[in-house]
Amino acid sequence: MLRIPVVRWGKPYESLETQKVVHFLTGEPIAEVDQANGAMVSRDLRKADQARKILRSIPVDELIARIKQAGNLFATATLPLGNGTQTPDQFVHQQSATTGLPEQMCRNNMTKNSFVMEKIDTILDALTRGLDLNILARGYGTESRGIVVSYQSQAPVLGAVLPSNSPGVHTLWIPVIALQLGLVLKPGSQEPWTAYRVASAFQAAGIPGEVFSLYPGGHDVGGAILSGCRRAMIFGGEKTIQQYAGNPKVQVHGPGYTKILLGDDKVDQWEQYLDMMVESIYINGGRSCINASSVWASRHTEEIAAALAERLGPIEAKDPSDPSAGLAAFTVEGTGKAIYEMLQNDLKEEGVTDCTAAYGPRLVERERCSYLRPMIAHANSPKCAIATKEFMFPFATVVKCPQEKMIDSIGYTLVGSAITDNTAWIDELGCATNIDRLNIGPIATNRLNWLQPHEGNLTEFLFKSRAYQIADTKLVQA
Amino acid sequence: MTTGTTSLAEAVAAAKKRLDQHTYETVQWHFHPSTGSPFWVSKAQELSFDPLTEVREFEDLKKFPSFEDEWLRGGPIERWRPKGLDGKPTFVFETGGTTGIPKSRMVVEDHRTDYELFSETLPDKYFPRGTNWLMLGPSGPRRLRLAVEHLCQFRGGICFCIDLDPRWVIKLIKKGWMEHLEEYKKHCIEQALTILSANHNIKCMFATPKLLEGLCNALEERGQSFADTGITGIFSGGTEFTPQWTRFCIEEFFGGPPEVSGIYMTPTYGNTLMGLACSKPVSAADGYKISYYAPQPRAVTEVVDFDDTNRSVGYGETGRVKLTTLTKEFFVPGFLERDEGEREAPFETYPWDGVSGVRPFHRLASSTTVGVY
Repeated sequence: MLRIPVVRWGKPYESLETQKVVHFLTGEPIAEVDQANGAMVSRDLRKADQARKILRSIPVDELIARIKQAGNLFATATLPLGNGTQTPDQFVHQQSATTGLPEQMCRNNMTKNSFVMEKIDTILDALTRGLDLNILARGYGTESRGIVVSYQSQAPVLGAVLPSNSPGVHTLWIPVIALQLGLVLKPGSQEPWTAYRVASAFQAAGIPGEVFSLYPGGHDVGGAILSGCRRAMIFGGEKTIQQYAGNPKVQVHGPGYTKILLGDDKVDQWEQYLDMMVESIYINGGRSCINASSVWASRHTEEIAAALAERLGPIEAKDPSDPSAGLAAFTVEGTGKAIYEMLQNDLKEEGVTDCTAAYGPRLVERERCSYLRPMIAHANSPKCAIATKEFMFPFATVVKCPQEKMIDSIGYTLVGSAITDNTAWIDELGCATNIDRLNIGPIATNRLNWLQPHEGNLTEFLFKSRAYQIADTKLVQA
Repeated sequence: MTTGTTSLAEAVAAAKKRLDQHTYETVQWHFHPSTGSPFWVSKAQELSFDPLTEVREFEDLKKFPSFEDEWLRGGPIERWRPKGLDGKPTFVFETGGTTGIPKSRMVVEDHRTDYELFSETLPDKYFPRGTNWLMLGPSGPRRLRLAVEHLCQFRGGICFCIDLDPRWVIKLIKKGWMEHLEEYKKHCIEQALTILSANHNIKCMFATPKLLEGLCNALEERGQSFADTGITGIFSGGTEFTPQWTRFCIEEFFGGPPEVSGIYMTPTYGNTLMGLACSKPVSAADGYKISYYAPQPRAVTEVVDFDDTNRSVGYGETGRVKLTTLTKEFFVPGFLERDEGEREAPFETYPWDGVSGVRPFHRLASSTTVGVY
């Protein structure tokens, strides 16, 4: 069987404890993953400075070239993995088999990750707003306008506690190597695949293994990464967000509560935007934080909800290898049922209508997993609890709300796509601090322009802009 | 021909006979109105059998319903004291209590007896008699704190302790105040480092796995190693004490097995209700496997079927850990622990069943908060 070791600064380590990752439908073991322990992470982190030193010794241009090559290898090459190798097709099958995601979604996510590596120079240009990367590497430098600027790295490595159920999120940490910081990762228990393949592709492209550590393991491993790394990211639910709120060392990625807002000037033409709404709710199995979980409008909301239900309601759970499969399985026992029951409770509230009820049962239970078929609800007021709910399947509430009350009612919104030409409202939306990424116009919420910084800009998280003065004589030498 | 096997079989039979006799005497003591505790004498009225006449051997304890540790919450604590021990100085040890009323166990000298028996299992080479100890574990109304101190005194030493409130640790975890948790851990480690730096001839210690890690890491951050403390004998315990954790400590923190590093660590398993079970010596050759054996006949560990908890699983099979305590001070007829593990066969040193691979019971694991011990 494929055995995937712990990786400690590039060196494989076989643990006495292993965990089998199994096929979500059959229970057949796919791989045996060695498990680290928290003390190992804490001890290894004392050598984290070495990772940054190694990466800083590689010229930025050279590093970028190697990362681009890694992007190509990630998508096309047979790469070493534990005691075996992995082709791109095997990667897709394995990821689908252990996460319950349809293979076509795994393939799309693979393309997305590869894209970020292959376009790393352009993406970093956007993330840094055009800063010469040598300034980040050196710590200071002179901008084109002749002013000395300095960006100080706040940590030698980025730690990341990765999720098991969203292979799309890896684009958030992949650029870190290009910024010359090492990576300390805890791969998701059901999805070790991406982290290991990225590290393998990087190494195949000539990036030293000593800058990566991969620690599959339990909660103590996650805790050790978050407490031991001066900069770390974690993916989790609302509770995780609250736990790390205000902690400058930890960037939390959780529910997005992404929304589509229809302005009064456009809502009468809502049918024109139906495709965009369906895509925003349904793409990637509704699993991303950038999937829309609600559509807000002041009128026609019943018709919009009915039209969305008509498009999404008939979608069936299909075999993961079926190219038309669009729903991801819940692979943890009881999860699908628990979400379904939670929703049934919300649907009972006065003013809420279950718009997909006519399209057959939503909960599909299989022997070892469950699916939730798309659900659309209508809420006649933002006060209904369901108006601000988000779940990890294609689910959305169409909320009736006057335009002038919308910004105050929507709450936190990772991606807000506002369909309007109303300049006054556009200005208000631009000032709304509860909206992170703002799209003006009928832009599907999932269509991220990679040249725009994503939630929690990585460079701002990892580097601090600071004053740096150099005597004139030194400046000439610099 | 197979004298080894025969002698083991004989030892197992003798141990069983001793356990049966001890069970009978213990039940007689706890249920007889002249010696028994108000709790058990009164409980006998609710039972469908008469413990005084119908419990003749260990197997008969299955007639009792499962012991519910909830019975230990609240007072009066005296209801647990056997009449036969009236007038003896009595301790109360608590477990839980982060929120609400803790579970209490009264003790006269069980903790001392248990740890004196445990002392016999400690190799003098690594736990030198007459040297001092550090107790890097919980303080407060805990059995462990006084028991370790007694162990140290029994071996001729003086025990240094730290202040550590485990209830606050659990609160920090439940609140998600992880930074505070880290700071509290540092606070505990700093106390330990201060004691260790003060020239007290400390050679032995008790430490929880997390605090031992913390201590080793803190020493390494100062450019030192655990060996620099001069400590040669450690005992620790808990479900976090896994083979991998043991191997990691031995290989990386201690610098090798005892014969190389001069540092010996032994795991224990137990709780306030039972006392403590000792481990078979742990070695790399045996994959750092940890097997615990209770101090029979004073306490018994069984590994039972998850659903039929009166049926032991086969050797090597997985089940839930069931504890029975049979001392003159405390009677617990079959308490289902929050742990599971594999049933281990008897061997010469401990000719009765043991348990290995102890970990949180999988059906309860998600609700268990592991604090510092």
